[in-house]
Amino acid sequence: MTDHLDDYVNAAARAMELPLDDAWRPAVRANLEVALRLAKLVDDFPLPDDAASAAIYSA
Amino acid sequence: MSETPASMSAAEIAQAVSSRKITAVAATGAALARIAVHDKVLNAFTDVTADRARAKARAIDAEIAAGKSVGPLAGVPFAVKNLFDVEGLSTRAGSKINRDLPASPRDATLIERMEAAGAVLVGALNMGEYAYDFTGENAHDGPSRNPHDPARMAGGSSGGSGSAVGGALVPIALGSDTNGSIRVPSSFCGIFGLKPTYGRLSRARSFPFVASLDHLGPFARSVKDLALAYDVMQGPDTDDPACVARPVEPTMPLLTEGISGLRIAIAGGYFQQNLLPEAVEAVARVAKALGATQIVELPEAARARAAAFIITTTEGAALHLDRLRKRPNDFDPAVRDRLFSGAMVPAVHVDRAQKFRRWYRARVLELFQSVDVILAPATPCTAPKIGQANFTLDGVELPVRPNIGIHTQPISFIGLPVAAVPVPLEPMPIGVQIIAAPWREDIALRVAYALEQMGVANAPAPRGI
Repeated sequence: MTDHLDDYVNAAARAMELPLDDAWRPAVRANLEVALRLAKLVDDFPLPDDAASAAIYSA
Repeated sequence: MSETPASMSAAEIAQAVSSRKITAVAATGAALARIAVHDKVLNAFTDVTADRARAKARAIDAEIAAGKSVGPLAGVPFAVKNLFDVEGLSTRAGSKINRDLPASPRDATLIERMEAAGAVLVGALNMGEYAYDFTGENAHDGPSRNPHDPARMAGGSSGGSGSAVGGALVPIALGSDTNGSIRVPSSFCGIFGLKPTYGRLSRARSFPFVASLDHLGPFARSVKDLALAYDVMQGPDTDDPACVARPVEPTMPLLTEGISGLRIAIAGGYFQQNLLPEAVEAVARVAKALGATQIVELPEAARARAAAFIITTTEGAALHLDRLRKRPNDFDPAVRDRLFSGAMVPAVHVDRAQKFRRWYRARVLELFQSVDVILAPATPCTAPKIGQANFTLDGVELPVRPNIGIHTQPISFIGLPVAAVPVPLEPMPIGVQIIAAPWREDIALRVAYALEQMGVANAPAPRGI
């Protein structure tokens, strides 16, 4: 049974030219589910619009 | 002093070699002999550079015979995680793919600095593939094994470094720590490890994983040896853009200053959850010895760990994108699947993680206005069995591999210096993190030294070999 995340994994693999084997798809999807769950935890934290990134540099 | 070079500390070896009580050749030979016997079990080494080591040792003995000073690590054998460039070796970084790289033309900066101080490189060490690992297992080279129980994990990703020092094959090893890869093997193998402040030690000519999180640092069986190695490796290096132009700040002369006047607190909340009883016991012993009772809360530590996870998986995927496209079958399958996933995480999440990182850093630095040291567990448990897939934390069954580092990730995420100290519980040791403010490795090491002197922290003799 497929859902939106399966669709996304398939589409992202094609768009990114990643040779995703059918046998690997469940594990990749499972890893992505974890990553997106953790990403949501970060995203849910309110930050002001002018929050600066840690990835700044000095010219 | 111990009787044989193989059981001597780095400081003892250097003193004995400098004073011509033993030769560097003898000290090197003893390490090579011990490796030959015990690495069959531990699988810590992927390369033993015996010819190079003997030549270097002979050169040191010749310099001493000529009356020259050879440095504070005279004749001390050491080894490096195999993501450090070693002249003449391909830098495999735990992978199959990198074995096709040409041999490195020059040593990593930190190897050069160790050898300039008289140390003798004896080999390169096993590690989790491309450092994306907390277990010390490796699909291509086999697992590095725990010196206290070879059926257990050494911890990763610097598993060979933990195994080699924990097994007393060498007194000092170097490794890397992106999310906990120095502190986790230190904890599982019962040794001291130092993850310096981000940007303190040069990473030049080492294979990266996550550039914005990667640190290099030493492992040792005593705090004195840890400080000896750390001190000689300090200093700016224009070959690593992240390495700061900061003068050498020696820690060795400060070790004996004690803990008087230091404000020491225990990390609460997140850092007191998801622990097995042995981790709770280790932190309690350390806190009691230090007289620490104050609890401080690192705000939003769970989100910090989550943000570190996102930055790691996406930066790691970016690093390996071409290899994922061209040689996916040559990766450890578990690493490949994580990196494939990382390549699919939308960039907006990475940007949010980096913005959160700055917020979190500011809040944690505020804490250091009222405390000097924060204590936290290094791992949730002692070393699991090799191949163990799950463990139960706070009543919830979780996969082992990604959750071993849940207490280390929120700390390295903002580059704080940490000394991991081993608490010699039975049957297996476990580590505690001594966390200091940025650039205050001296404080973390002072506390570690005090704990060692009190007998609360020490590296137990290897129980499993």
